[in-house]
Amino acid sequence: MATETRSLARSNDAGKRTAHIRRLLVHIGLIGFGLVMLYPLLWMLSSSFKPTAEIFREPGLIPWNFTPENYSEGWTALQYPFHHYLLNSAIVVGGSIVGNLIGCSMAAYAFARLEFRGKRLFFAIMLATIMLPIHVVIVPQYILFAQLDWINTFYPVIVPKLLATDGFFIFLMVQFIRGLPRDLDEAARIDGCGHVRIFLRIILPLSMPALATTAIFTFIWTWNDFFSQLIFLTRPDMYTVPVALRTFVDSSSQTSWGPLFAMSVVALGPVFGFFLAGQRYLVKGIATTGIK
Amino acid sequence: MSALLQRRPGAAPVSESSARPRRAKAGRGGTGRHKRENLAAYAFLAPWFVGLALITAGPLLASLYFSFTDYNLIGDHEFVGWANYERMLDDARLHSSLRVTFVYVFVSVPLQLAMALALAMVLDRGVRGLPLYRSVYYLPSLLGGSVAIAILWRQVFGAQGLVNQVLAVFGIQGEGWVSHPDHALSTLIVLNVWTFGAPMVIFLAGLRQIPAMYHEAAAVDGAGPVRRFWHITVPMLTPIIFFNLVLQIINAFQTFTQAFIVSGGTGGPSDSTLFYTLYLYQRGFGAFDMGYASAMAWLLLMIIGGFTAVNFLASKFWVFYGD
Repeated sequence: MATETRSLARSNDAGKRTAHIRRLLVHIGLIGFGLVMLYPLLWMLSSSFKPTAEIFREPGLIPWNFTPENYSEGWTALQYPFHHYLLNSAIVVGGSIVGNLIGCSMAAYAFARLEFRGKRLFFAIMLATIMLPIHVVIVPQYILFAQLDWINTFYPVIVPKLLATDGFFIFLMVQFIRGLPRDLDEAARIDGCGHVRIFLRIILPLSMPALATTAIFTFIWTWNDFFSQLIFLTRPDMYTVPVALRTFVDSSSQTSWGPLFAMSVVALGPVFGFFLAGQRYLVKGIATTGIK
Repeated sequence: MSALLQRRPGAAPVSESSARPRRAKAGRGGTGRHKRENLAAYAFLAPWFVGLALITAGPLLASLYFSFTDYNLIGDHEFVGWANYERMLDDARLHSSLRVTFVYVFVSVPLQLAMALALAMVLDRGVRGLPLYRSVYYLPSLLGGSVAIAILWRQVFGAQGLVNQVLAVFGIQGEGWVSHPDHALSTLIVLNVWTFGAPMVIFLAGLRQIPAMYHEAAAVDGAGPVRRFWHITVPMLTPIIFFNLVLQIINAFQTFTQAFIVSGGTGGPSDSTLFYTLYLYQRGFGAFDMGYASAMAWLLLMIIGGFTAVNFLASKFWVFYGD
């Protein structure tokens, strides 16, 4: 009897040990794979501190000849100093965030809380516009903005956001607002609040998580957006970071990859920062709505 | 849709019954509170209506019109009937761009989704540190579409790039991947597969929804992990697989930035990275051939719409919607 329990305990121990080893192997695999995934990024960061010749020779991560000059060189390599482009990008991104927050939340309030004629139809149209490729509408947009004399201003990349054309964010906020208890706005209505006050005082403050998700995604997508900025911002003083980087890579010879990498790191920095700060919202946002 | 119109389930029956006729009246443009509600709704939607007219639906129709014209932005546009579409039939670069885009979509999307599902499966088995792994794998999805990453790719797969440096360590002499017509597209496919994190997060959320008891019951009945994967996980996950598939196909058809940067805007070498959208950009904003670019835009819309429709139709045969 006693030996039986002991051998049972021993086999239990062995089972635990194999489970333990298996878990360890899984972790080693996951970490190894993660390192392979991230290696190009880490290597880019380290290479931005290497002399250019070394970038093309040294696959390792340690910048033996530490070269912070890449940053100062890259900063001034183009027609304007790099902070000029950073500022332009900041204006575009800031305007887009404000635009999306205002335009999309207004539309979302109507779709989520109000009854009106044509609601089903308009909602379906709104969902359809999420799938609409920008390439299909870019030509008439360009013609329209050219006639308004808006090419090489920030209006073509900001005003559409204010006009709630990012249907995805409307959808996200509609989903969120539907989840809020209606008792609150009905109580406010009985107290004599109109729709504007219900929207501003009740719905918006309660929708902070959805608004944060919208702001973070708008930041990342607009910061990375290249196509529309390439088309609408063609004068060097209006270049945003992606467009400036593009001229940098096209004009650069084999010798300036160090500074080019340095400025690429600068371009990725804010996205990385927002990613760290807003991970919670990001993961929740993708998981519930399924987007890139 | 129906969820949208669903009223609060806990509403008192009295208010529910009194609300119904009033709502019906609102539908016919009734008076009082519901007329006001109609007006309020249209006021809240005013920006969206303007956007619809000027930025989305309006330009969509306008580009259909322009596709039947010859227009270079400077002169007047001239109606040319089907000429732009007829030109497309003989445009070898257009055909090549379609081929490149199709190869890209149908190779990179399945690879990306398979990778996403595999990693989600591993992470779903209660791995400690899940949030950290998830973040690490998700990060490339956020950065993948940016110019900076495309620049990195151009170096990594260049003649003396990182890949060849690593290969050299093993004594292998690699070639200039991005400058070789046979390999340039593959480097962009690798880039898309690299961004598997977004669908992975969606798969993870989907795996969470599968009740553990299904797996337990099957295990008791003697089903091994492989059978459980094919007979429980995959069927239960088909709606999510379908969703990811539709989304990633639509995304992949619109790929532009990576090809533009890696090829320096040319789509080279020998048009091997001339994606459809890149060619559209060259026609529209390089040559200012707006009529032709509009016709191309509509063909793209038809292709994406067609694939999405086929996907939805085919989904009836393989997507399993529970119960």
